Amino acid sequence: MKQHYQLAVIGAGPAGLAAATVAAEQGIEVAVFDGQIAPGGQIYRAMESIPQHRASQLGDEYQRGRKLVSAFRASSAKYFPETQVWSLNGQREIGLLLQGQAHTVTADQVVICSGAIERPVPFPGWTLPGVMNAGAGQILFKAHGIVPDDGVVLAGSGPLLLLLAWQYLHAGVSVKALLDVTPMMNHLYALPRLPRALLAGHYLTKGMQYKRDLKRAGISTLHNVRSLRAQGKDALQSVSFLHRGREQNLETAILLVHFGVIPHTQLGRVAGCRHVWDESQLCWRPQLDEWGRTSVAGILVAGDGGGIGGARSAEHAGRLAALQALYALGTLDRATRQRLARNDRKWMREESHIRPFLEAFFRIADDMLQVADDDTLVCRCEEVSAGQIRAAVADGHRDSNQVKFLTRCGMGPCQGRQCAEAVSHIVADASGKAIQDIGHYRPRPPVNPLTLGQLAGLHSEKAE
Amino acid sequence: MKADVLIVGGGLMGFSTALHLAMRDTRCIVLDKGSPGRHASGVNAGGLRQLNRHPAEIPLSVVAADMWRHIRELVDSDCDTRFPGQVRVAESETELESLEKRAALTRSLGYQHEEIIGPDELYGLVPALAPHCIGALICRSDGYGRPFHTLDAFRRKARSLGVYYQADTRVDAVLRDGDEWRLSTLQGEFRAPVLVNCAGAWANHIAAMLGEPVPLKPGAPMMMVTERLPHFIDPVLGAAGRKLSFKQMQNGTLLIGGAHMAELDLLQERTEINWQKLALSARSVMTLFPQLKDVRIVRTWAGLEAFMPDNIPVIGASVTASGAYHAFGFSAHGFQLSPVVGRILSQLILDGTSELPIDPFRIDRFASSGRCA
Repeated sequence: MKQHYQLAVIGAGPAGLAAATVAAEQGIEVAVFDGQIAPGGQIYRAMESIPQHRASQLGDEYQRGRKLVSAFRASSAKYFPETQVWSLNGQREIGLLLQGQAHTVTADQVVICSGAIERPVPFPGWTLPGVMNAGAGQILFKAHGIVPDDGVVLAGSGPLLLLLAWQYLHAGVSVKALLDVTPMMNHLYALPRLPRALLAGHYLTKGMQYKRDLKRAGISTLHNVRSLRAQGKDALQSVSFLHRGREQNLETAILLVHFGVIPHTQLGRVAGCRHVWDESQLCWRPQLDEWGRTSVAGILVAGDGGGIGGARSAEHAGRLAALQALYALGTLDRATRQRLARNDRKWMREESHIRPFLEAFFRIADDMLQVADDDTLVCRCEEVSAGQIRAAVADGHRDSNQVKFLTRCGMGPCQGRQCAEAVSHIVADASGKAIQDIGHYRPRPPVNPLTLGQLAGLHSEKAE
Repeated sequence: MKADVLIVGGGLMGFSTALHLAMRDTRCIVLDKGSPGRHASGVNAGGLRQLNRHPAEIPLSVVAADMWRHIRELVDSDCDTRFPGQVRVAESETELESLEKRAALTRSLGYQHEEIIGPDELYGLVPALAPHCIGALICRSDGYGRPFHTLDAFRRKARSLGVYYQADTRVDAVLRDGDEWRLSTLQGEFRAPVLVNCAGAWANHIAAMLGEPVPLKPGAPMMMVTERLPHFIDPVLGAAGRKLSFKQMQNGTLLIGGAHMAELDLLQERTEINWQKLALSARSVMTLFPQLKDVRIVRTWAGLEAFMPDNIPVIGASVTASGAYHAFGFSAHGFQLSPVVGRILSQLILDGTSELPIDPFRIDRFASSGRCA
């Protein structure tokens, strides 16, 4: 492995593929570090190996990925699959794990394309075996074709929930019920944003199509569901909830939940990039300029990792970040950068029309975000409950980090990925402060697994 | 606001001092530029070590050890302390000789807490240790605690005795007005006849305002913690030939330190892990416990601490101003001393003298060398 690259792209989803391809076309040295075994990221996972019949089940959007991947494969960008990035610092030194060997390499410009993670929303019983993130179910489905044979209950909110139900439907899986926890009031708040959303009408059309198909297949969708609760002794047995004022109970061994997606920010955070609270998307995201530049020189973020915009938007953002990186490297002059960016900017604007509507429409109810039930575990690694967090706040610990120090919340192997947002909500609510002031856990690398033996064997490309 | 004593720095030294003063009915205000225990006090390795202390620190450390054993009486909490002993292993004859010399020195000073043990006893205590070690220096009454819980216990107890604490309050200027100190901050002015500087890595700024700058150097020793493992080792382990501190915490995680330094941006209060140096700590662990090679590192971090050129702290009265006192520069081994330092300062302030020998820690010891930060 070389010790230094002009551009390092982290992640090979739509943003990473587009960024690497554009940059490599201009003749610079590009390395793409990807945790997956093949390019495509989450949305275009297993793109190159998926059988045609299953690809068609997964819809047209999925096909779009093929084009991206083949352009990337044809470029001179060096691709490192199954490469875990465990660290990035402000000097753009990247910690990598490749076939069990730890390395550090450096780059003049780094584009982080880490994508999104599903928004973790703790609710009573969410840690029971049998309760799974819908995305995890989807990954099983996409990569391995594994589907639960006894049927599933789907619960949550957001556009992906419909898509997933639709995909299961097409794969012949029985969906016992679709529990939509989106508060009815959202429709009202989303209404003023509808006219703009109509400018990106194809998304709405698609959503309607999913709904129609689900209805036609006889899948019962319950709206405005509240007080979602997973029940069972050692594993999930049933799901209870409130619907139209009545307590209901559904027996199921598998509950797939999905509450939308949020940016995966750990790498930018550990590099020291400034992050801000996005009240519309209800998540932390890096502060970016129009090119994707962060507050740290030479580090850019493109795609959902910088704020949720979807796969198409990510592609444009990836190209814009690459153009900026090329400009910073002196490969492109300013005028060329502006000219080449024009098209992507236009399309990104088109893509953005739908977001305010979607964000308002699918906004999760406050009592869910703030984990109303004191006994619910928020940090599943260290088993810290919402009540313990509120007690710490009552005792004078007024930000996420103090709460973490005291309760160990966020100190487990997931590095707070699962609980950071929930803790921000709870602490803000309990202390009456704004989430921006509550702050986020300070990052503690490694952000991906690294063993003592691997660190001991660290091969420093820099030292050679 | 007015009080009897103003304490700058809401870390362990500051709260311990406030607590001891409050126990003697003295009204204290603790000011901190950030949040309590944000730096060294909250994120250190938690070692309660008398073993291998600088001779000047031994008298204080021995008294502190006794205070730790009864820490619940002081702060209503055991601070998650355990006392399984600390060992410092020798991997060669030369290292063993140096440890023997050290044990002799401690005995010659009249202290009995350090002993040499042979391989049989060492491997009886630490069966998991790689077989090449030939002996160790041990202090059986040593142990460890949980730093942030300790800080929290000191803070609560101090608060319950009427200590006023204010976070996010940076001292911009120190003025003497007759018999009173006036500290100006963006959050207002604070006044008291006595001022105590427990400002850790920023203590030289306060000292400079008092006209006695010191060659303090901020540093950020790196640490790492692993996933939880089944219990396999009791004592805290160090090595004569390595920068290493290794312990298994109550919850099964391994806490590994070694005083290798992170990159530091003092202005931003940010540290960045130096992986090449941290790899040295991992290599030490691999040599002493090769069976741990597949254990996952969960977190690494570095806390900001004040280091003095001679690696011992500044404790005592100001030599330039009356009614001002210092306790800082503990050079990454202050956690164990914190209860006794609070007591010493309370005695200096209220009685004018301390029962323990603190002359080696006087602030003007650097003056003749001409080195100033």
